[in-house]
Amino acid sequence: MTSDIAAILAIDGIATGAVYALVAIGTVLIFTVTRVIFIPFGDIAAFTALTLAALDAKRFPGTGALVVALACLATLIEIISLVRSGELRLLPRALLFYLVLPLAVVGIAWLTMRIDPPLAVRLVLALMLITPIAPLLDRIVFRPIADGTVLLLLTVSVALHFALVGLGLLFFGPEGVRTEPLTSFSTEFAGVLISGQTMLIVLAALVFSGLLYLFFDFTLVGKSLRATAVNRTGSRLMGIRPARAGTIAYLLGSLMAGVSGILIAPVNTVFYDSGFLIGLKAFVGAIVGGMTSYPGAAIGAVGVGILESFASFQSSALKDVIVFSLLIPILIWRSLASLHSEEEIEE
Amino acid sequence: MTRLHVQLAAAAALACLALAPFVLSPFSVTLMNYIGIYSLVAIGLALLTGVGGIVSFGQAAFVGIAAYATAWVSALNGQSPWLGLLFGVALTCGVAAILGVVTLRLQGHFLSLSTVAWGLAIGFLFGNVEGLGRFNGISSIPPISVGSLALVSSAQIYYLIWGIVALALLLGYNLLDSRLGRAMRALRGGNTLVESLGINAFRIKLVTFVIAAFLAALSGWLYAHMSRFISPGPFDASMGIEYLMMTMVGGAGSLLGGVVGAAIVTLLKNSVQDYLPLIAKGASGQLEIVAFSALFILFLQWARQGIVPSIARYLPKIRRERPEPAPPLPRRPQPAPGELLLKVDGAERRFGGLIAVNNVSFEVRSGEILAVIGPNGAGKSTMFNCLTGALRVSKGEIVFAGRSIVRDPQSRIAKAGVARTFQHVKLRPRMSLLENVTLGTYGRTSSGLFAGAFRLNRREEASARHEALLQLERVGLGDKPFELAGNLPLGNQRILEIARALAADPALLVLDEPAAGLRRQEKLRLAELLRSLRADHLTILIVEHDMEFVMSLVDRIVVLDFGSKLCEGVPSAIRSDERVQEAYLGGVA
Repeated sequence: MTSDIAAILAIDGIATGAVYALVAIGTVLIFTVTRVIFIPFGDIAAFTALTLAALDAKRFPGTGALVVALACLATLIEIISLVRSGELRLLPRALLFYLVLPLAVVGIAWLTMRIDPPLAVRLVLALMLITPIAPLLDRIVFRPIADGTVLLLLTVSVALHFALVGLGLLFFGPEGVRTEPLTSFSTEFAGVLISGQTMLIVLAALVFSGLLYLFFDFTLVGKSLRATAVNRTGSRLMGIRPARAGTIAYLLGSLMAGVSGILIAPVNTVFYDSGFLIGLKAFVGAIVGGMTSYPGAAIGAVGVGILESFASFQSSALKDVIVFSLLIPILIWRSLASLHSEEEIEE
Repeated sequence: MTRLHVQLAAAAALACLALAPFVLSPFSVTLMNYIGIYSLVAIGLALLTGVGGIVSFGQAAFVGIAAYATAWVSALNGQSPWLGLLFGVALTCGVAAILGVVTLRLQGHFLSLSTVAWGLAIGFLFGNVEGLGRFNGISSIPPISVGSLALVSSAQIYYLIWGIVALALLLGYNLLDSRLGRAMRALRGGNTLVESLGINAFRIKLVTFVIAAFLAALSGWLYAHMSRFISPGPFDASMGIEYLMMTMVGGAGSLLGGVVGAAIVTLLKNSVQDYLPLIAKGASGQLEIVAFSALFILFLQWARQGIVPSIARYLPKIRRERPEPAPPLPRRPQPAPGELLLKVDGAERRFGGLIAVNNVSFEVRSGEILAVIGPNGAGKSTMFNCLTGALRVSKGEIVFAGRSIVRDPQSRIAKAGVARTFQHVKLRPRMSLLENVTLGTYGRTSSGLFAGAFRLNRREEASARHEALLQLERVGLGDKPFELAGNLPLGNQRILEIARALAADPALLVLDEPAAGLRRQEKLRLAELLRSLRADHLTILIVEHDMEFVMSLVDRIVVLDFGSKLCEGVPSAIRSDERVQEAYLGGVA
């Protein structure tokens, strides 16, 4: 391997890693606030790419139908639980958040499609369509078992991923998509060609992590999310609703996943089931950060990207084997490093 | 219901299974074969996840290793499938042992995540290794032959499959009812509990892990020779979660649940395949996995327990006989009264900049009751953890029965004769009083995996159970030995913990705040019990902050304050010591 190739591989790895980093940060966000290891984040990223591709092709994306279906289901469950607990006065609010808002998003997207919008609007539409999915899934799937162990939540999360892959095939079909590059700009740095897309990916990762940092440190909502992450009971006593904090975390997280999906779509062909590997690799990065540190997760994810890039140069068939085998030593290191009290497993 | 009834039910089930191929259609027999093959994996997972509390998403990879190993031996190298069985089982168990040694020290969800990781890595390997047919798989795998009879038709291999399943269930249940099985069932109580009983938790986890992999290997071998063709598909990550689902549906923790779960999931999947196209016309086959995952999620939301435990609740309880008198278990040589038993010399424990225990020294002599007391934050619990091996001292020496124990793991200290109880009671709530106390005899008994599975341990088991009953009677809980431990009030749970500790035949009994949270009557009963134990020449060390409880009970007191030893002496001297009064009451202004 010459230094030229190494440089190209490194840049390629950093770009891929930056995409993983966005998803990894979202994963950490959800985990700290809700204790759910949200495996389907990669699917959200892939669905965003597929949504954007459909919009580019002037077709209304399957995401719309998916959001409508999930919204109806979530509303039904919410109504049932409100009726059971006798809190009917909360009904209008529930209808607004679980039914009207998601349907409005789909409606706006549908209407905007008529006028053949430019790329920037299509990007916004894709993100708008994708963000309701995770919060709705949270309501349907995780809220009823929010008190369960991390392991129960993880098991459910893995099952949910498989359900989403099936839905993905149903709503998007088996074809892979590759969207147009967002920019054709490219430049040469120290004799190595760097595409504008690569720069855009890294830039987006930096900007979004920076925004998240500002959000957490300088806004009340951000601080309430951090409080929930540290101590659920304590923050509840301070008037913070863990369920609401969870919804915000899911919204933010899926926004990050959506952005990464948009960024990766012009670089890699995305299929309905591509999300799993994106999600898992981001997750490996998140574990490097101990599932609690955002900079740690970002650095870990970039590390995974670079490793994958060099591994695929050595043996493209075995690159995934290499990446996942590496997770085990990382887990051991993390498990030794984290001094957490042992939890008894419920019976 | 007696044991005989259970045996009759098992015999009836076996007879039904044996007759099934004569009644069912060939297609149904094939379906039964798949259920049997999946059952084996699910039984292993029930042992690993339900009993041992280790959630594994990677069992499909073990099935795959064995299937590919036997295909390589028989189809690619023309050897006998039986050689393939040997090679497949050895390879799978070897891989499992290596993975287990590397990952089983991981904690909580880290461990489960590692199973996702290696499950995926191994799954990818099948499709990418040159010699294993890549994604096309390996075809023309020969059938298994018994003598000159080749098991080609589904009715022929049926008996082999279900014979193995029945055997796995029988041996599995035997194992769970043995010394090693009890240790496995204790794993869910956490490492501290398990180690305090003199059990090497890591070793038990490793054994459980390899047993589950062994069952998965049998399943993979049967699968390869039944379907006669293998490709990477049936061993990928989604199959891994399907096995987990079978286990949880049937009821993790119940071996029979593995079989029931495998049957329900397989039949359900089959009918989903049949009926889904009728409901949703033109929908792709992928709706299957959606319907399936949705059912699984619903199931976890509504019935985390699983089917078999839910049904078992309505069945009549199995009536059990009180253990018969049996030859006693060997006892350890007890130190002579007044002999130096434990010596703590200049012990120090730091947490970063905080010195929790600072240069503490004291001695415990055989036959006495010594209390370590002190106000909140005095370093009592840290001292206690250093004594039992849960923490290491940063400096200083702790010598028990003439041997330094500062480097020993908890289980080794427990085996040396230090038995403990817990401030926050650690019992196995779903095990009976008798079983909980029998756990204490682990260090005094020796039968292993095979003795347990094949019931070669009967004599030792009878002695252990009788010993447990004697200890229950000794502490006054002998009237209902088959009550579940979780049903006892707190005071009796504490006393049950003492019985468990006594079953280990300890030289030193250490009690961590035994009076905390007890009502007055319960405290009096506890004090009476401890006095009767002293009368039997047992040495007791109590860490406690209830002064009243301690004063009337113990021989000597060591007072800690802010991590250092304040003073030491007989209760009356301590009571009148001004420094102690100041530490507890803030002094007289």
